[in-house]
Amino acid sequence: MGKPIKIRAKVKGDISEVKALMPHDMESGLRRDAETNELIPAHYITELVAEHNGEIVMTAYWGPAVSRNPYVSFSFTGGVAGDTIKIHWEDNQGDSSTTEAVLK
Amino acid sequence: MKVHRRLVLKGMLALSAIAAWPRLLLAARPDSAFSASDADKAIADLFGQTPLDSEQVKMKIPDIAENGAVVPVTVSTDLENVESISIVVVNNPTPLAAVFLLTPRSIPSVSVRIKMGQTSQVRALVNAGGNLYSTSKDVKVTIGGCGG
Repeated sequence: MGKPIKIRAKVKGDISEVKALMPHDMESGLRRDAETNELIPAHYITELVAEHNGEIVMTAYWGPAVSRNPYVSFSFTGGVAGDTIKIHWEDNQGDSSTTEAVLK
Repeated sequence: MKVHRRLVLKGMLALSAIAAWPRLLLAARPDSAFSASDADKAIADLFGQTPLDSEQVKMKIPDIAENGAVVPVTVSTDLENVESISIVVVNNPTPLAAVFLLTPRSIPSVSVRIKMGQTSQVRALVNAGGNLYSTSKDVKVTIGGCGG
């Protein structure tokens, strides 16, 4: 089970802006362990889906070049305060995480 | 008769182009584009077309990244009907970094932080109304971020 996602979602006028920070190693598979010199297996988020009241508003596909503990922000129209924002990710090792937040 | 056949063929080609490309992206993660080691190949694999340089694609990224492990990027555009925004780091081992699929409700602007192994050109691609637009910027990296 992946760690929870930190979500900040604010609505201003008709535009809702979502900022999300998700703790994840995002190992590229190219780094070597400093002691054993063995390659550290790739471990990174491959897919991220954001929903507003159950409707997908953004889907992201990522490679290992997204930074450790990824940060993402995006915006959409049609949200009002109190609505639900849900973000879900899956990684290349089968881990996943889902977090819900309230649009403020 | 000949002309007629050509018209029909053209129509079929146009239809298949329209039908093929969004589905290609929407269905699942484009794994082959993500594993391509060449930027142009990744872009061709993903979109099946060559991007046109456009001033309507805007990318905010530092000129010099002191730490290649965390390079903040914002891509936005005033183009309409934006279907996707993608980020490619040409000199990374696998150049395609991220693809964001938008919806009709999306504001066409996304921010993310990426890793850069070394100094490289970074390309932002926007797919809008079935066409592909891009902008590029050279980013100097003083400490690489891909390890090795």
